[in-house]
Amino acid sequence: MAKPLPPFDPKEASKLFTQYGHSGWLGLRYSDHGEDWVELELPWREDLLGEEDRHVLASGPIISLLDMASGMSIWTATKTFTPVATLDLRVDYQRPARERSAVTARVECYRRTKSAAFVRGIAHDGDPDDPVATMAGVFMTIARDPRSASHA
Amino acid sequence: MPDPESLLSAYARSLGIAVNGSEDGAPLLTIEFSDIVQGRPGAFHGGATSGLLETAGYAALRARLIEEGRDPQLKPINITVQFLSAGKQKQTYAKGRITRLGRRNANVSVEAWQDNRDRPIATAIMNILMADRSA
Repeated sequence: MAKPLPPFDPKEASKLFTQYGHSGWLGLRYSDHGEDWVELELPWREDLLGEEDRHVLASGPIISLLDMASGMSIWTATKTFTPVATLDLRVDYQRPARERSAVTARVECYRRTKSAAFVRGIAHDGDPDDPVATMAGVFMTIARDPRSASHA
Repeated sequence: MPDPESLLSAYARSLGIAVNGSEDGAPLLTIEFSDIVQGRPGAFHGGATSGLLETAGYAALRARLIEEGRDPQLKPINITVQFLSAGKQKQTYAKGRITRLGRRNANVSVEAWQDNRDRPIATAIMNILMADRSA
């Protein structure tokens, strides 16, 4: 009988996630989490500017940040690392991030069904009550926890 | 067709997005698969795909505005991305289309595809605010 897998730990997992690939390139950092939410930070970087004449982050990296925090909030809520695919992600930009400011995303997985997970969250640059962007998304679960594959 | 480089942000260039000609007046954007766009092993990160779509949307709008002799500052209002299939380890294309160009708002739709243009891997719709630079 296989030992049950440990619950998904966003803090531990981010050590890996933030080292490779797109998240690693962006330099995303774990900041906090709860039962069904995760907070990640996107540090300021000169080469991620959206406009020539203003020192504000492009919106692309903010989508990546929100997408990553979305996936992690789902794994945190389900406590399993079940691969998910983004079906749909909507981001509303309330205002530009402040110049030379890091951006933090806080996303919660507020509802799960057998095959779908619903998430919502915000991105802010210091004050969560004055967000830079709000987002909503739907994800589909596409397979079982790969960590359990060896026990299949 | 304006200077292709001028259609890309620092972010877009860092990510490896390039302008590869144009079709119907809209720039055709490309990106090669590499580690910096990778999410799940062997697949594009949804955020990188979104960044490509968004860049193509801005580029299409900027090209049209230049054609019309307008030079407003562009500000994102929103973007909705639909992910249709996993982006594989292949060159990926994206092109935007202006659905409606108003005085202050533009509605833009964008598609990204790989081998088969008729089977996009992701689509986006965007609202972009056009603000006077003097304002």
